[in-house]
Amino acid sequence: MSTNGYLTPLPMPSPDTAPYWEGLRHGQFLVQCCLGCGKKRHYPRPVCDACYSLDAEWVAIKVEGTLQSWTVCRHAFLPEFKEQLPYVVAIAEFEQGIRVNLRLEVPPDQPLRAGDPVRLVYRQVSEQLTLPVLALA
Amino acid sequence: MTHEKSSMTLKDKALVSGIGETRYVRAPGSGKTPIALQMEAALAAIADAGLRPKDIDGIIPFAIGPLVAEDFVTNFGITDLSFSALTPLGGASAVASLQCAAAAIAAGICRHVLLSLGRNGYSGTRIASRIAQMPQFRVVGEFEVPSGATTPVQFYAPMARLHMDRYGTTARQLGEIAVTMRKHALLNGNAVNKDPLSIEEYLASRMISEPLRLFDCSVESDGAACVVVSAAGHAAEMPRRAVYISGVGEGHPEMPSAVSQRADLLALGTAKAARKAFAMAGVKPADIDVAEIYDCFTYILLRQIEELGFCAAGEGGAFVQDGGIGLGGRLPVNTHGGLLSQAHVGGMNHIVELVRQLRGEAGHAQVQGAELGLVTGFGDMCDGTVAIMRRG
Repeated sequence: MSTNGYLTPLPMPSPDTAPYWEGLRHGQFLVQCCLGCGKKRHYPRPVCDACYSLDAEWVAIKVEGTLQSWTVCRHAFLPEFKEQLPYVVAIAEFEQGIRVNLRLEVPPDQPLRAGDPVRLVYRQVSEQLTLPVLALA
Repeated sequence: MTHEKSSMTLKDKALVSGIGETRYVRAPGSGKTPIALQMEAALAAIADAGLRPKDIDGIIPFAIGPLVAEDFVTNFGITDLSFSALTPLGGASAVASLQCAAAAIAAGICRHVLLSLGRNGYSGTRIASRIAQMPQFRVVGEFEVPSGATTPVQFYAPMARLHMDRYGTTARQLGEIAVTMRKHALLNGNAVNKDPLSIEEYLASRMISEPLRLFDCSVESDGAACVVVSAAGHAAEMPRRAVYISGVGEGHPEMPSAVSQRADLLALGTAKAARKAFAMAGVKPADIDVAEIYDCFTYILLRQIEELGFCAAGEGGAFVQDGGIGLGGRLPVNTHGGLLSQAHVGGMNHIVELVRQLRGEAGHAQVQGAELGLVTGFGDMCDGTVAIMRRG
């Protein structure tokens, strides 16, 4: 199921989420924007919780934001992540409250504070897959 | 159009008539199948209730398996099962099934409902890795697991870190929870952890997902626990003292599929569940004599104490320190040792222990004069369930 030596768990996109992954391959972070009321939403899903419209378009957002919280992972629960230890996974907030929980590419002893500026960058891990990751801005 | 909720209440309509457990073990494992484990605990609970297996007319197996209601029908020769259901809330399922059973009984669908939970969480598929395959984890599975956050401790650790940052909660306070649970487990003859734990050993234990250490995490184990919920009218025929379900509630946080998506990263479903349960029972937190609080991780126990209303948000650390949740403290919590030190039986063991306390059968861990108690469940990215039980 994995390719090019990338052995960690792969996302399994559905038709509802595939444009998000396709956008990443082209260096774009796409979220759904409701065609009924204009509310942006993430993670991808079929219905707008503000107006219940089923219609949305995919729009690129500004992927600069702030660190909310994080954890330094020092134990791998799936063997595939063992050789990456230790690593940091962080929650960041972009415009209009769009949140992500992604790898933060910093040394594990990097001093961090909530509110630190972060930006999203793209890591192509195989021919088919580009993962979003965070970096300190 | 909005309609009022039915004025019917579940208060005291049902009681726990029977409890049963297997031995809880880690290495080398139970040596039994999950079916055999659950049947053993179920037969013990049914006998404890003064019933025969064929008397069971409702079954709520654990929502994520591996047993289904049909397994009990087949093994017990039940001829006319009237009710079966699942309550898929992860670690909040066991207490949710109390509400489901009480509702089915109050509606007259059935009289005796068996709640069952058991697995080889140590020697079979480990609890931490099985979770990644559950449908409730589909969203994080696609968007967060590829980043290396794969299991509950890694999703909950950022909440703990934020709580420490915002309120000054300390590692030593989390450690006091772990140490207290271990003390309680040592009073229980059926706990997998049999050695004392000091605060120094806690602080020296290795980090799993910062700020949570090894001893902040519950202990994956093999075993089963079952509970029989019966109609209140059964009290007169029971060999044991009745323990009534006086209040019960379920609560889900906003954005229930992923912690990261919540405006308030610290919010659990527990506060919503607690409001419903306390209102139904007509009591307040200060009235509770003993509490069995779902403790998959120390921090999750601490935060539930706040959301249950035992103290204000941010005061959980001060509440648990200096013996606050030990026997003789302001609120004895997890008198059996909890998931942290007795065994991870999905919180069914918390219901069993609360019933023992309210019957006055908790042995060395008995809270003297315990008449009113509370039990919680927590799971699936912070769903919360609460039941308040009363000695009959």
